[in-house]
Amino acid sequence: MKQNIDLKELLSAIDVPAQWVGIREVYEAQTPRMIRDGVPVTNARSVTHGVMVEVLADGQFGYYGTPNMSVEGVSLAAEKAFQQAKVASQHALYNFDESARPSYKGEYKSPYIKDRNQLSAGSLNNLLLDAYNHLKVSDKIVSASALCQIIETNFKFISSNGSDISQDFLMLEFDLSATAAEGSNQQTRTFGGMRGTCRQMGMEYFDQYEIFANADRIGEQALELLSADECPTGEMDVIIASDQMMLQIHESIGHALEVDRILGDERNYAGWSFVKLEDFGSLQYGSKLMNITFDPTMESEFASYAFDDGGLKATKEYLIKDGVLVRGLGGQESQIRSGLEGVANFRSSGWNRAPIDRMANINLEPGESTLDDLIGSVDNGVYMESNKSWSIDDYRNKFQFGCEYGKLIENGRLTKTVKNPNYRGISTPFWNNLKGVGNEDTFGIYGTPNCGKGEPNQVIRVGHASPVCLFENVQVFGGI
Amino acid sequence: MQNIFNDLSDALFSYLKNGEYLVISFVGENSQFIRFNNASIRQTGLVDDAALSLKFISNGRTCYGEFTVSSHNNIDIENGRKEIDRMRIESEEIPVDPFLVLPENFASSCDIKVSDGLPFENAVDALVPAMQGMDFVGIFANGKMFRGNANNLGQKHWYETESFCLDYSLVTSEHQMVKGCFAGNDWSQDEYEKYVLRSKRKLSLMERKPIKVDTGKYRTWFEAAAVADFLGMFSWNGISEASLRQGCSGFGRMRHEDVRLSPKFTIAEDFSQGFCPKFNSNGEVSPEFLSLINKGTLDNTLVSSRSAKEYNVESNYAEHGEYMRSPRMEPGNLNHDEVLKHLDKGLLLSNIHYLNWSDNSGGRITGLTRYACFWVEGGEIVAPIETMRFDDSFYRFFGDQLCEVENKLTVVPEVSTYGSRSLGVTTCPGILVDSFALTL
Repeated sequence: MKQNIDLKELLSAIDVPAQWVGIREVYEAQTPRMIRDGVPVTNARSVTHGVMVEVLADGQFGYYGTPNMSVEGVSLAAEKAFQQAKVASQHALYNFDESARPSYKGEYKSPYIKDRNQLSAGSLNNLLLDAYNHLKVSDKIVSASALCQIIETNFKFISSNGSDISQDFLMLEFDLSATAAEGSNQQTRTFGGMRGTCRQMGMEYFDQYEIFANADRIGEQALELLSADECPTGEMDVIIASDQMMLQIHESIGHALEVDRILGDERNYAGWSFVKLEDFGSLQYGSKLMNITFDPTMESEFASYAFDDGGLKATKEYLIKDGVLVRGLGGQESQIRSGLEGVANFRSSGWNRAPIDRMANINLEPGESTLDDLIGSVDNGVYMESNKSWSIDDYRNKFQFGCEYGKLIENGRLTKTVKNPNYRGISTPFWNNLKGVGNEDTFGIYGTPNCGKGEPNQVIRVGHASPVCLFENVQVFGGI
Repeated sequence: MQNIFNDLSDALFSYLKNGEYLVISFVGENSQFIRFNNASIRQTGLVDDAALSLKFISNGRTCYGEFTVSSHNNIDIENGRKEIDRMRIESEEIPVDPFLVLPENFASSCDIKVSDGLPFENAVDALVPAMQGMDFVGIFANGKMFRGNANNLGQKHWYETESFCLDYSLVTSEHQMVKGCFAGNDWSQDEYEKYVLRSKRKLSLMERKPIKVDTGKYRTWFEAAAVADFLGMFSWNGISEASLRQGCSGFGRMRHEDVRLSPKFTIAEDFSQGFCPKFNSNGEVSPEFLSLINKGTLDNTLVSSRSAKEYNVESNYAEHGEYMRSPRMEPGNLNHDEVLKHLDKGLLLSNIHYLNWSDNSGGRITGLTRYACFWVEGGEIVAPIETMRFDDSFYRFFGDQLCEVENKLTVVPEVSTYGSRSLGVTTCPGILVDSFALTL
């Protein structure tokens, strides 16, 4: 079904007097399958395929995204992109040159053992149906679902200055969800929060024993939450599991460090940032236990890759080292505009959107504490798992997050379960209250397929890996 | 585009075998995007995009497929036929769908809105001069949008419109901001320049030094744009019949405990203004008017045909996700000129930001103040406020705390461009609330 495109032929046919021309081809097939309440609700395959032709004229980039990948179609797209760039160049925010698109050659392939074809639609539906049956532990489970999404993406990029990049991704999203309800008292438990379980891997992921064991646990915990007390209100210690640390890192670090935000591009939509250009190298973002990396090299994490969408080679870099802000999330364009060192994070959601600064894998490096050490050090606190609510202001300061499942910590021990555990804070004071970081044994790899940003809007996939962490003096509260 | 859709539909329907059903949905656009920062152009480009979605029913099963339309007839027909072949095989493997919805042939429609828009090549020269001298940031989206639907029983719908939307912020040197959204179908240079000038005048209020308000409960006026954001939450685990049945709706207290909102609160789905197609992705045509909450009482939920089968209730032909597509809240009696007097002392919030359910069962929503938000005393604006977080229940601010509703409606356009440019508007008034909780 995939149309075979010769990008070199298309590039050679483009005839515009531009400083630089690039073509980025993206083919993506998404295959979602879902069983809800014992019946199939989704068996789908969605394919998008097109090219973005980008030209640089008089220091301004112009683009044309088109699914018409004929020689005539792409040549016309280049002409129109060139005209857009020429007119816009008279009012350009910045005058770029060819260095904004460095030249690299290379390939990347997701690590996996079994490709999509090694698990049939029927087998996968049966597995999801069995998982549903494990989730439905009681009649009080009013709804339960099991879903997976298989994503195959082929990315190719060539340019007039010699870039030639090919990257093939195989990704999975998987979720289990059970909702227990009695009237308007309703509680939902999932597998890692809002689609938090997402990785680059193949069909080997579907180990039935592990899936069914998790389905049993999720069903039981939804039921347990129904009769649990509300989370207490007050200032106390909080231990946050990896599947909520994912969201904490994403919202209060990742977005705040995007250099295009700091430069003001996003002020009309996603917002600005409390971080200023002069903060790099000096801002004490968090406690000395805090080490944050941009790591596109972590095997199987959701947003691993070898090159970004501008063709820049991707490497692991520290963003925050021993609590001090050292580097921003700025791709080549932002590095040129800001004069800051950055990373290869110039990314787009597909062939119909231009790249901007995005997160990829943003991780918190493991520390030395065991989970027992962390719990044992708390006299009065709450342990929280799995995100269900998220909100933060346009400067990435005042956040409020809610979790699915909580446990009281009393005198160094986990005690009773609490529902609707929420907490709120302000980003840098919160991270400076980081009191303990779990070791490798507590390290969890998660991500999200739904990171929104940009004008026009784009949703991209990001990965976040983190150990379990302990924060002190946090505002905690429950539901109504 | 309509010809491409018609040719593709005909070719794919002719490929079906006896006992097979096919519903085709089409979403397309020819768009221009110009992104501004500091009244200069950050990025600019054009996007042609179209996708054909197929819902294939056979053997008691439902399969879905979708592919990008290249506009090359032979390629697209081949892709469509291969997709049908794939779904044919899959429909032999997957479990039976007991709630599948077979297509019907009610009636066809064609709605092509002809506009005098802004040609792509003129956009930069038309837009940029009025921005000069200000820190102007935002996005201009412009061009045609297409929606189509057809099934193999002969029903066919087509909707085509041309529109523009300049969604922007003006920023003071102290980082205070005013929001603007100039949107429409027919371009008027004069109207555009006047609109931007009005935004610029609002900015002068933002030059005052912002004050920090304490956490606590405040009498609060919400402008229509903020009310529209609250109403948008009803489309996410709210008004959907499926979400109520599946235990994840904030409307549970209204359904299960007969809790009522204020008698001053009335909202309906109202397609009479024609801002979006009446047909859904299944080709079903929604009623032109559907009461949802009438004087505080839950009147109807949104029910798709699938939910209707699953829960044995009547469909009102909602979209598959059972979200509002053209909501309209009834106006009240308060004249906008008298808002400050009635507010007397408290908050004036023009926009809110990043909403989420903090306790879905309790109807509690958290979010932030953003843009032109002010502290008011003695019926006068004192100063803008520093950003504050709120966390309160719609059972309170649309319920017993709702004092007054504005007598004028504002049309708030849907400006989302995730995947593709969106259609639709929310039509609503501002509201005055006696007590609203700021928490951080």
